Amino acid sequence: MKGNEVLAEAAMRAGCRFFFGYPITPQTELAAYMAKKLPLIGGTFLQAESEIAAINMVYGAAAAGARVMTSSSSPGVSLKGEGVSYMAGADCPGVIVNVERGGPGLGGIQPSQSDYFQATRALGHGDFYMPVFAPSTVQEMADLIYDAFDLADEYRTPTMILADGMIGQMMEPVLLPPERDPKSLPAKPWATSGHAGKREHNVINSLYLSPEKLEETNFERFERYAQIQEKHQRQELMDCDDANIVVVAFGAASRVARTAVREARAQGIKCGLLRPITLWPFPTKAVDQVIEGGATKFLSVELNMGQMVQDVKLAVNGRASVDFYGRTGGVLPTPEEVLEAIQTVAAGEPVKQSAQPGAVGSLLPHPQHRKSTYERGE
Amino acid sequence: MAKPNKAPVTLPDYQQERIGSQIAEGETIVSARPHALTDAIFNYCPGCTHGIVNRLVAECIDELGIEGKTVGIAPVGCSVMMYDFMNCDMIEAAHGRAPAVATGVKRVHPENVVFAYQGDGDLASIGTAETVHAATRGEKITVIFINNAIYGMTGGQMAPTSLPNQVTQTSPYGRDVSKVGYPVRIAEMVSTLDGVAYVERVTCDSRAHIMQAKKAIKKAFQNQIDGVGYSLVEVVSTCPTNWGMSPLDAFQWLRDNMLPYYPLGVYKDVVADGFANAAEAALDRAKDCPIAQQGKEA
Amino acid sequence: MAEEYNHELLCVLSGFGGQGLLFAGKVMANCGLIDGRQVSWMPSYGPEMRGGTANCSVSLSDDAIGTPFITKPTALIAMNQPSVEKFAAAVQPGGTIVVDTTLAMNGTDDVELADDVTVIALKATEIAEEAGLKGLANIICLGKLWAQTHFCTREVAEAAIAKCVPPKRQHLLEPNLRAFALGADE
Repeated sequence: MKGNEVLAEAAMRAGCRFFFGYPITPQTELAAYMAKKLPLIGGTFLQAESEIAAINMVYGAAAAGARVMTSSSSPGVSLKGEGVSYMAGADCPGVIVNVERGGPGLGGIQPSQSDYFQATRALGHGDFYMPVFAPSTVQEMADLIYDAFDLADEYRTPTMILADGMIGQMMEPVLLPPERDPKSLPAKPWATSGHAGKREHNVINSLYLSPEKLEETNFERFERYAQIQEKHQRQELMDCDDANIVVVAFGAASRVARTAVREARAQGIKCGLLRPITLWPFPTKAVDQVIEGGATKFLSVELNMGQMVQDVKLAVNGRASVDFYGRTGGVLPTPEEVLEAIQTVAAGEPVKQSAQPGAVGSLLPHPQHRKSTYERGE
Repeated sequence: MAKPNKAPVTLPDYQQERIGSQIAEGETIVSARPHALTDAIFNYCPGCTHGIVNRLVAECIDELGIEGKTVGIAPVGCSVMMYDFMNCDMIEAAHGRAPAVATGVKRVHPENVVFAYQGDGDLASIGTAETVHAATRGEKITVIFINNAIYGMTGGQMAPTSLPNQVTQTSPYGRDVSKVGYPVRIAEMVSTLDGVAYVERVTCDSRAHIMQAKKAIKKAFQNQIDGVGYSLVEVVSTCPTNWGMSPLDAFQWLRDNMLPYYPLGVYKDVVADGFANAAEAALDRAKDCPIAQQGKEA
Repeated sequence: MAEEYNHELLCVLSGFGGQGLLFAGKVMANCGLIDGRQVSWMPSYGPEMRGGTANCSVSLSDDAIGTPFITKPTALIAMNQPSVEKFAAAVQPGGTIVVDTTLAMNGTDDVELADDVTVIALKATEIAEEAGLKGLANIICLGKLWAQTHFCTREVAEAAIAKCVPPKRQHLLEPNLRAFALGADE
């Protein structure tokens, strides 16, 4: 099964019976699979008139107490930002899948991780976070969307699967999680499904005209976020026990990095791979752990211009050096390129970005390069 | 002066609990607050028809006995706080998205009665796509549309339904149709869509019109209960505050200018046309289109 | 010849859309699945649904697979000239190239290959048509590659073909098996 189809199948097994979406490459297999299968198990697939309508249908279905999801790719996810903010503000659980492509704008359709900031910082306006899962194998597509639904319900928050075109399009063997009857899921007494004369009326709302009331609500929500940060950081560590160089990479980039790290090990470089599985919360404890284990150099490998570098640096907090190697626009680095970057870090030299001369890939992590660019511009 | 009521009125069951104990022997109830309204005080301006329409919705919910299964969607606009006023479950939607949110709820719980309550900016401008598509999908929901030809909450800007030459904050020289085009006539537009069962335009400027409006709203709910299809009631409304008029002048302006542009009446009623529901009417309309007739027997 | 087990296969299958290379890749991936090995199948995707170059990467391994995009293949099936130009030079020393010279008429003549690369050139599309197996040049090439690299046992390969032919098109099973045999045995 393709990664996108596995996401769909596992979502249904997690008890999701409602899907609202709008067509966009490269996530179409997911919607197509849902359209075919959901009606057969008593669910609803609805192609909305827009991404905005789709996410608001998700909001409505979530408010009504259902397990519900939508999926899209980068430009479509931008449109969903509004609804996600409302869901966060009204404490409505739901799962948003972003099978990323290159950007900004219409960008391209090849695999990318350039929505890292959008996913981990602010998919919509307002004071909120959203747990973000980054699968790197087709198996994880299945496992993580299952967990994403559970976490969403437990903490009453939207959650996101941040995948990319590579994981979405590829086929790998997968062991599907067990089927779960939606009726067996914990009740949602807060849902707006008619009070039947048995309780006070429920209100799903994100409007608070009193600033004090809104602040109180946000404080309460951030207490939940703190719990998530405490209990739900997830990562994989490979060869990190004795590593002094740690490559940090997630999703598709981690697949390339895995090959490169193995090769570097074979050449005698003491390096390991820290693969964040949750991007928010970022696995800061694992960063602590590898630093305590002797890591002195970090190399963030991404399919973007270094968006995760900020989180790595925040977690490292000056205790080790942080370098970056990435390709953007839908270009995947080869394992050889990443290996070269690891060798460069091992030699204590600054990492050069990309194959093209004059590439601006070094803008983000290396201030000295940025300065020279400004000088050129003046 | 109101005449004393001749016939004694019996207290409906749903009112017994709320005010039954306050009624002395021999006294009769002529009017009471609907159960579907909370005790919260409306925050609408004097002369605004939102209060009337909110109440009509609540009365219809009471009379149909559906409060326990009703889910309302409040819009962004002056009626944004409607979730405080209604005793049924309520959801506050983003600006214009109420039909999409209503779709989500109705698809999860088809047995619920779901209504969206929206103003003209919400329904006819930022949410036009959601409106048109929920209607054409034939979502079995009820939409109450308040058309007062202006953006009220933000302080009187030009609305999609502002009349030609109407002066607003953002059309200070009057709505110039040669530059900004014409008002959207929602009842007419929506009634062309095949998923729609019932569209009526009403107003609230007199007792008779209010009673007609209530009849229309009740029918729009009843249609949903009967599974007939999407129903929309457009209520031609006032905004004295932003029109810069007294309440009485506002009602006169409504009669003089709004009603000629937005004629009252039934724009679509598939049941009155002899069909069981919107789907049957749609099949009939497309009777010369072979592919549209496929599966008709089934 | 004893059927030896090849432990790691990193294969690129490339040609025009419609030549069935993604299908051949799926058969190969299913061989790995049946054997319980680590497998990945990664297609190129995009607007070129018909006619343009279509390729996929198939990795069969006993270890966890890193990048599913193969930059240094150990095997290549190329069914048109652009595919030869794009991938042949990257094939690792000791690797195998199967090229259908019906369309890729120059074979690998214009490409500088790594040391010790085995090139099997055959007019697969022509052979298929002559054998009444129109459209199955992909499976003939797959059979050839199998005969050279033995990435699984013959039984597994045939079982994988049976698994990949959809239930509604069972009449195509026999021709597929015949095409595989044609590649493998001749």
